[in-house]
Amino acid sequence: MDFFNVLIQQIINGVSLGSIYALIALGYTMVYGIIKLINFAHGDIYMVGAYVSFFAVTMANMSIVPALLVSMIVTALLGMLVERLAYAPLRHAPRISVLITAIGMSFLLEYGSMYFVSPTPRTFPEVVGNLAYNIGGFVINGQQLLIFAITIILMIILTYVVQKTKVGQAMRAVSFDTETAQLMGINADRIINFTFGIGSALAAAGGVLVGVYYNSIDPLMGIMPGLKAFVAAVFGGIGSIPGAMAGGILLGVIEALVSGFISSTFRDAAAFAILILVLLFRPSGIFGKTVREKV
Amino acid sequence: MAEAILKCSNVSIEFGGLTAVDDFNMYITEGELVGLIGPNGAGKTTAFNLLTGVYSPTSGSIEFCGEDVTGKKPSYITEKGVARTFQNIRLFSELSVLDNVKIAFHKHIRYGLLEAALRIGRYMEDEIRTDIRARQLLKIFDLEDLAEETAKNLPYGAQRRLEIARALATGPKLLLLDEPAAGMNPQETQELMNLIAWLQKKFGISILLIEHDMSLVMGICERIYVLEYGMTIAMGSPAEIQRDPQVIRAYLGGDD
Amino acid sequence: MIERKVDALLATVGLVIFAIIYGLIEAEVIGPFWKLNIIIICINVIMSVSLNLINGYTGQFSLGHAGFMAVGAYVSVVLTAKLQLPFGLAILAAAAAAGFVGFLIGIPTLRLNGDYLAIATLGLCEIIRIVIMNIDYVGGAAGFTGIPRYTTFAWAFLVMLATLLFIKNFVNSAYGRACIAIRENEIAAEAMGVKVVNYKVLAFTLGAAFAGIAGALFAHCFYILMPGTFGFLQSFNYLIMVVLGGLGSITGSIAGAIVVTGISAALAGVPEFRMIIYSLILILLMFYRPQGLFGYVEITNLPVFRYLKNMSPEAKKAMGMADEADGKGGRA
Repeated sequence: MDFFNVLIQQIINGVSLGSIYALIALGYTMVYGIIKLINFAHGDIYMVGAYVSFFAVTMANMSIVPALLVSMIVTALLGMLVERLAYAPLRHAPRISVLITAIGMSFLLEYGSMYFVSPTPRTFPEVVGNLAYNIGGFVINGQQLLIFAITIILMIILTYVVQKTKVGQAMRAVSFDTETAQLMGINADRIINFTFGIGSALAAAGGVLVGVYYNSIDPLMGIMPGLKAFVAAVFGGIGSIPGAMAGGILLGVIEALVSGFISSTFRDAAAFAILILVLLFRPSGIFGKTVREKV
Repeated sequence: MAEAILKCSNVSIEFGGLTAVDDFNMYITEGELVGLIGPNGAGKTTAFNLLTGVYSPTSGSIEFCGEDVTGKKPSYITEKGVARTFQNIRLFSELSVLDNVKIAFHKHIRYGLLEAALRIGRYMEDEIRTDIRARQLLKIFDLEDLAEETAKNLPYGAQRRLEIARALATGPKLLLLDEPAAGMNPQETQELMNLIAWLQKKFGISILLIEHDMSLVMGICERIYVLEYGMTIAMGSPAEIQRDPQVIRAYLGGDD
Repeated sequence: MIERKVDALLATVGLVIFAIIYGLIEAEVIGPFWKLNIIIICINVIMSVSLNLINGYTGQFSLGHAGFMAVGAYVSVVLTAKLQLPFGLAILAAAAAAGFVGFLIGIPTLRLNGDYLAIATLGLCEIIRIVIMNIDYVGGAAGFTGIPRYTTFAWAFLVMLATLLFIKNFVNSAYGRACIAIRENEIAAEAMGVKVVNYKVLAFTLGAAFAGIAGALFAHCFYILMPGTFGFLQSFNYLIMVVLGGLGSITGSIAGAIVVTGISAALAGVPEFRMIIYSLILILLMFYRPQGLFGYVEITNLPVFRYLKNMSPEAKKAMGMADEADGKGGRA
């Protein structure tokens, strides 16, 4: 019975953490789907999102939902700016150049932020209150409910945008075949830029929620979740939106189970071990498709 | 008739439900120059990729010099004596012309890692020998003056010739040429066809030549296979092929 | 033997540089801070040149070089500090252990390509670090203390020189050519009889072994060794050196290691600035000179070396033999 209790509790924790991974993973997967770039700076965009909401709450005295929206908008603009300045000029450069630029951008955001907001961690103010619901012996706290609610809402909106709107249709077209999409009159550069915007906004939401959940933010907080979210994207099948959602949540649950039942020091190792197993045995992920090179 | 060095029996390959090559049968005897023709998209290059191990057939078997090589790696098949060129040129483009050929001498290198790192033992001997042989080959293809040039800077026709030189460097018994004249002007094409016929005699190797332009291969090939939609629709001497009603339909009646 | 003459010349130049720096250290013109940084530069040169073997020459994007360095570092300190074995032996063992780990990791992961390989190697090296953190025998997360400080300038420089000669000769041999062929066009390389997987694993194993050597030298610079030193940020650091110098140029890797280590030492007082400058250099480099400072160019392409090569009797003989043998026609 005790084992069962721990299991359920860890699954609840895992889904909370996994929702955040999923929000970040969506940006990775959409960007990779379109321009085949592992945007290493994506995790740092998430960090910026957390800081924007932190300042919105502490200095502008906003409540959490407006702060979240402000943070999403500011970060979307930042993501689009990064794409315009750093990646768009390299659209036809070798992929390794773009990848290295992304690593450079990641450093720039981390240490640039460190310079402006100081490296010391900040305590994220309590915004949800000390709520805790006891459902049949399992504890779900207010932060977790907020995470679930926001994640679900955002995912519904994203699915709607991608599936039902004209922009979403253009996104899917560009991701499927950029050149043909351009021939059909789609402005691929604008769509790519827009994709960075959406991805960044989702990552920002993840950053805000992590601030709410763990109460602490710092300029290097994006590194690990950024990598893990990439793992989640690969796990779900890179380029696939439902894949990123499922991959993120699964990864969160697995990590929670490893910390709960083995040791929290192996939590990070578990994520990477999953990555390697997935890459070796099912490189296209849960929802991905395989492609082969034409000879 | 000479012994068949290559024998393909009932080879088929499917890509996600689409059969690209269907029940392909082919033999090539020693020293023979065979053509493989067909309209664009007929499965010629796929057949090449099957013969060279780039793809594994879904069914059927491929035998080379009496050994079953079905599903073996390309490097293994090259080692056994099958060399190829590529339709979309695949040179080592940042390397010199000479190095492109030297790489293909790979299987003749005898020195070990330590000998290489310390430049002792057989290292110098092998390197000098490789250098000489590579230059000899370049000379045959009229490339010796370009030996130090970076491969990507060569004119198109020279790149095609370099691909053939490089393939020959592996020491093949069977050479597969995938549209070697693609993109060449009529005069270059004629020169190349003469060169191919000459290579076959001089080196005593078998050659399988892919072309979609039927008239090119008629002059030099002894035997021709015709593919359409992945199926072999005809096989025979150039004269027989020219008369074959199905071939005429495929080339004139179809709209590829 | 012309190529050996080039080797001898390079070795002599190396030894002269060694003698000069050694003299300056002995005369205390170079103080302890810069002496340590020169040793670190030597170690970083080994790291960047060995990473270049994997990333630059073989074209396999590895992002986990620090992990192999960690293996070498920890194996060597166990041998010297716990088992009191001599330093030279510890360095060899470090190379063997790191090379073996590289081999084990290489076999499955090198089937992946491009970004996937990058992220897999990054992940594996994080796993190495986390595993080390959980081994109490080597001090776990708190670090390994009581390491004898064996790494002198002479050790670091001479090991670096040997590494450079080894890797230079490797890339100029048929083995190196096979690796470069893989970088240039994997499918064509395989079609030319190069066993692509074997050569990728070979390059990866060798690169890892030299990273292990660098790790052994690094570990014996300080009294304490922390697993946190070998995170992926450190791997990125080596990547920066290689890319800055030029993927596929040994001369470039040396220059990259010197420049990056030099900048980082000069900016040691302002670490945030250091990283901001790093990142800007990296981005601007990709914009304006993506091939790095040296591209594929080597110092041995300088006119003085060309002259040596062209004038050699062997080269002439080789040409003459080519002309003479041509009449017979050569089937390879």
